[in-house]
Amino acid sequence: MNHPIQLPAPPLLGIYLLESRYQVLNLLRMPGFVIPTFSFPLLFYVFFAVVLNMDPHLPAYLLATYGTFAIMAPALFGFGVSVAMERSQGWLRLKQASAMPPSAYLVAKLVTSVLFAAAVLLALFTLGATLGGVRLAHNQWAGLFALLSVGTIPFCALGLWIGSAVKGQSAPGVVNLIFLPLSLLSGLWVPIQFFPKVMQGFAQLLPPYHLAQLGLGIIGLAQDQRVWLHITYLVIFTLLTLFLALRAFYRQGAE
Amino acid sequence: MENEIRGSCAVLRGVSKSFGAVQAVNQLDLNITRGELLGLLGPNGAGKTTTIQLLLGLLPADQGDISIFGANPRSRAARIRIGVMLQVSQMPPNLSCGEHLDLFRAYYPNPLPMQELVALAGLEDLLERRSGVLSGGENQRLMFALALAGNPDLLFLDEPTEGLDVLARRRFWGAIRALRDCGKSIVLTTHRIEEAEAVADRVVVLNHGSLIADGTPSEIKACFARKTIRCRTRLPVTQLARLPAVSALAQDGAIQVLQTRHAERTLAELMARDPELSELEVQGAGLEEAFLAMTEESTMEDAA
Repeated sequence: MNHPIQLPAPPLLGIYLLESRYQVLNLLRMPGFVIPTFSFPLLFYVFFAVVLNMDPHLPAYLLATYGTFAIMAPALFGFGVSVAMERSQGWLRLKQASAMPPSAYLVAKLVTSVLFAAAVLLALFTLGATLGGVRLAHNQWAGLFALLSVGTIPFCALGLWIGSAVKGQSAPGVVNLIFLPLSLLSGLWVPIQFFPKVMQGFAQLLPPYHLAQLGLGIIGLAQDQRVWLHITYLVIFTLLTLFLALRAFYRQGAE
Repeated sequence: MENEIRGSCAVLRGVSKSFGAVQAVNQLDLNITRGELLGLLGPNGAGKTTTIQLLLGLLPADQGDISIFGANPRSRAARIRIGVMLQVSQMPPNLSCGEHLDLFRAYYPNPLPMQELVALAGLEDLLERRSGVLSGGENQRLMFALALAGNPDLLFLDEPTEGLDVLARRRFWGAIRALRDCGKSIVLTTHRIEEAEAVADRVVVLNHGSLIADGTPSEIKACFARKTIRCRTRLPVTQLARLPAVSALAQDGAIQVLQTRHAERTLAELMARDPELSELEVQGAGLEEAFLAMTEESTMEDAA
């Protein structure tokens, strides 16, 4: 007779890796996710920075803002929408009833979002360095890449909150309703200096604005150089959203 | 008490759970004995799903104690020893059956060998297939395999034969009996009462969150047995309803259908009052009828 209870549980790190691997594979095989995630930021960048190149600084400037735009999609769709779907399909409940360590689910979603964000960034940077003719120091490239990859986390928290609070089928709509206005109003598509004063003030309330300004700071193009304000805003936003998200997520089990 | 607990793999003691004003489970006591195949029956809203979710640690109880192999149902120690089949409308569609199994097996310290798992669930030809393109029956087989992945000692099956055709159903019950014969404990909820009747060692009936019957399928049947009398008669409905032992009346075209607790007494009086009675048929009730009668009575008592 077996006594599995006496065997040690499988190591956590191995489960995190396998869970992340399959999470990435599932999304990679989903053209409805991969194509928009890669093509929108890349096409917009080519159009505004390369075709309509109105200013010699523009290709570098837009690299930071479209980079911010690019990392939001994996976080909001890859994390948020997939949590909402799996929750309403009953899949999440089955996983929670299994011996999966509860943290593995969220860790894998986070790892997956950051990996997709990093992949889109690499594609965008390659475009910037070739077609866009952007010239940056090595540490500027590396700094921008690291900043925006880590910058995925606040949007993962936002995605988790939406995914835990909204029903599966309405999640893509709700995410678009947040994602697109947030991008436009934070000055990710069109530089913020072209906005009327009121809208420039409003942009300061939005998280992508602060991430983009930090990115622009790394390449010496920020017009708002209050670095600590941006960092403080993003940290507080992340903690607050994460608190609300985890509360909503764990309350699901109690429905 | 000690002995009782030792022979149990799952225990609920005085467990209550309500959602707002709705009392879903009310002071429920239930022991799941090792090695038994327990059928959990009840109409919709009886508290079956809530009871399963409490046992799986997916819901916290308002009151009472729940243990799985002596452990908290939310603990990994408990979850490592159970396997679960729940209603899932879709799983991540772009992973193959083999990949899903690979991941689930990794959660457990002592998973079933892949080949054995695949053979038990009949997934031999489906390992490479993406789960998003499976038919309903294939999907259920994959769910069954996921439930068995960790080589559980206690298996929870929620409506496991939904979407299976007759052949797949027979194969499924064959696998379930084989598992029970290896000493696994199995808890099954189903609304197909004839299935519970055919495979369960013990049947527990819930209604309005309380246990209203507990016994072997034949005890449940004997306890709540009803016979159905069908006949063509000129007696008015008001008189039929007053016949001895009659519990329910219905009409099927020109035929009167009477439910009775005591067919002989009802029939004697019926024949005495209507000598021209014709097309008489008397049928015994299956568990299905017994079960319906029982839950209806319990509902009427509640209403009274």
